Amino acid sequence: MRRAVNVRVGPVTFRIGSDWAAPVAAVADLYRDYPPAAPVPDLTVRLEAPRQWRRWLRPQVAVTGDFGLPGMVPLPLAHGLLAAEMGMNLQMALGHRRHLLLHAASVERDGAALVMTGESGAGKSTLSALLAARGWRFMGDEFALLAPDTGLVHAFPRPVSLKNESIAAVQWDGARAGPVLTNTPKGTIRHLAPDAAALAASDRPARAALLLFPRFGQPPSVRPVPPGEAFARLTQASTNYVALGEAGFRALVRLVRAVPAVAVDYPDTESGIAAVEALWAG
Amino acid sequence: MGGMTDAARLARALGDPASTEALDAGGWAGLLAAARAELLLGTLAYRIGSLPVPPAVAAILADARAAATEQRRAALWEAEMVRRALAAAGCPVVLLKGTAYAAAGLSAGEGRSIGDCDILVPRAALPAAEARLLAAGWEWVKPDPYDDAYYRRWMHELPPLIHRDRDRMVDVHHTILPPTARVTPDAAALLADRVELGNGLAVLSPADRVVHAAAHLLADGDLAGGLRNLWDLRCLLTEVDADELAGRAARHGLGREVARARRLAAAVFDGVPASGVDALYRRRLLARDGWGRATRPLTRLGFYVRSHWLRMPPALLARHLWIKWRRDPSRRA
Repeated sequence: MRRAVNVRVGPVTFRIGSDWAAPVAAVADLYRDYPPAAPVPDLTVRLEAPRQWRRWLRPQVAVTGDFGLPGMVPLPLAHGLLAAEMGMNLQMALGHRRHLLLHAASVERDGAALVMTGESGAGKSTLSALLAARGWRFMGDEFALLAPDTGLVHAFPRPVSLKNESIAAVQWDGARAGPVLTNTPKGTIRHLAPDAAALAASDRPARAALLLFPRFGQPPSVRPVPPGEAFARLTQASTNYVALGEAGFRALVRLVRAVPAVAVDYPDTESGIAAVEALWAG
Repeated sequence: MGGMTDAARLARALGDPASTEALDAGGWAGLLAAARAELLLGTLAYRIGSLPVPPAVAAILADARAAATEQRRAALWEAEMVRRALAAAGCPVVLLKGTAYAAAGLSAGEGRSIGDCDILVPRAALPAAEARLLAAGWEWVKPDPYDDAYYRRWMHELPPLIHRDRDRMVDVHHTILPPTARVTPDAAALLADRVELGNGLAVLSPADRVVHAAAHLLADGDLAGGLRNLWDLRCLLTEVDADELAGRAARHGLGREVARARRLAAAVFDGVPASGVDALYRRRLLARDGWGRATRPLTRLGFYVRSHWLRMPPALLARHLWIKWRRDPSRRA
């Protein structure tokens, strides 16, 4: 590959190679304050032209790597950073086996982690960002990594991908941010790196203390979720539960037995935050 | 190591794991990516075993070993599911390829990635086997009428079936090469000399395992995934009597393929010089770089064309390629 960079997010080092200089430069810039990468990468991402001539003529980026999905639509080169981010997600979802992957946002306070999972639109990213602004440590809003041997949650603090209206809500002065990407399949996107405290603590795992199933835009309601239901919902929220086999099963059983789970419906973010902090206070 | 591809480094590491001691971080990155792309990372992890490696590499190899253990368990479970479905069909069920190596505890199965469950049954039992599998939850993968008819008329296996709950494929073979191929192995002998595992399933005899692996690698496909298949052969060849193998290969009409497989295994994994056509095979088998990318497109194309040539008489080939070309979605992209 013409250009390459290694970046480490939590316990995982990615090698990102590209046929063009621009996507790698954008990645290096967005991740410049992350802790140093391991010398040998865990996973490889490739950003390459789907056809030779697409390198130069209306260039297109196909996202692949150690693992690929057939039928993924290439992106224009201007969206190269988004391609790199998608590539890292893809490698994690299809290839990572060291932890049970939960599609979840997580934040930490006093060594204890709050894990929030739900379908996209449930508000887990927004809640985690707002909690981080209120003194919680941001551990990630894409994947929570559950270690099968210790049962601890490891941080995976990828840059937050802000979309459309939420971009205007952020104070960008001095923020470690990517370029504004317009006309992506999800509208306008801008990536924001987590704050220095989150990156400095990213190697420190936390014990899960509360599992939350939030739902945005619903009449307020708080309902305890029994372990069996939490287990079933988390198998759906995991991309590698089946592949991990018995180790995944044991890790998940241990989690739902040890940690209380609550489904929280909330009409707006303010009441959502209030409900979460009330639950946390116990 | 001028001119050595990362796949060549991988082949060397499999043949002589201690050779990895000389690798720097970049060398490891390339080796691991090539191994992943060739579905040989688990095998490499087992070969390296407890040799000293950098900590970051040790973690990756430990993951690969755990993943291989889990794949093995899932594959053996799938074989048991197939056995239960076919029990009432009353025919022998012979496991092939990866599932067979794992079930029989062969060295080729150590760390091996296992995908589909490949089985061999007598041709006369195919309709019953198909009906039993469909009744037990397997479904057609290719509902396309041309593909379906093509499989049934010209292939040595049923169209692939996938289980609707477990999402696992089963390939039901009645012999080991397509009936259109230029050689016709003795399918009855393959079945008659099977080795029972004592659990209602069987595997091929040691010599027939080599014959099948060599036929699969050299008389059938385009060598995609060939490095793994050749590694299987290197392992299988250590677990067979040479005289018995020679007789068996001759009986199936695959003596040339078995001899070539033996030469290629030595050339690719043990650094024995390859000459003539063998060198071309070696070039194709090692066409992979340290980013996991396929390289040497012309060599690949050559072997792709050859695979169809081997499989079909020219008129049938022309018809098949024409129909496939007309339907290729990428042609309209």
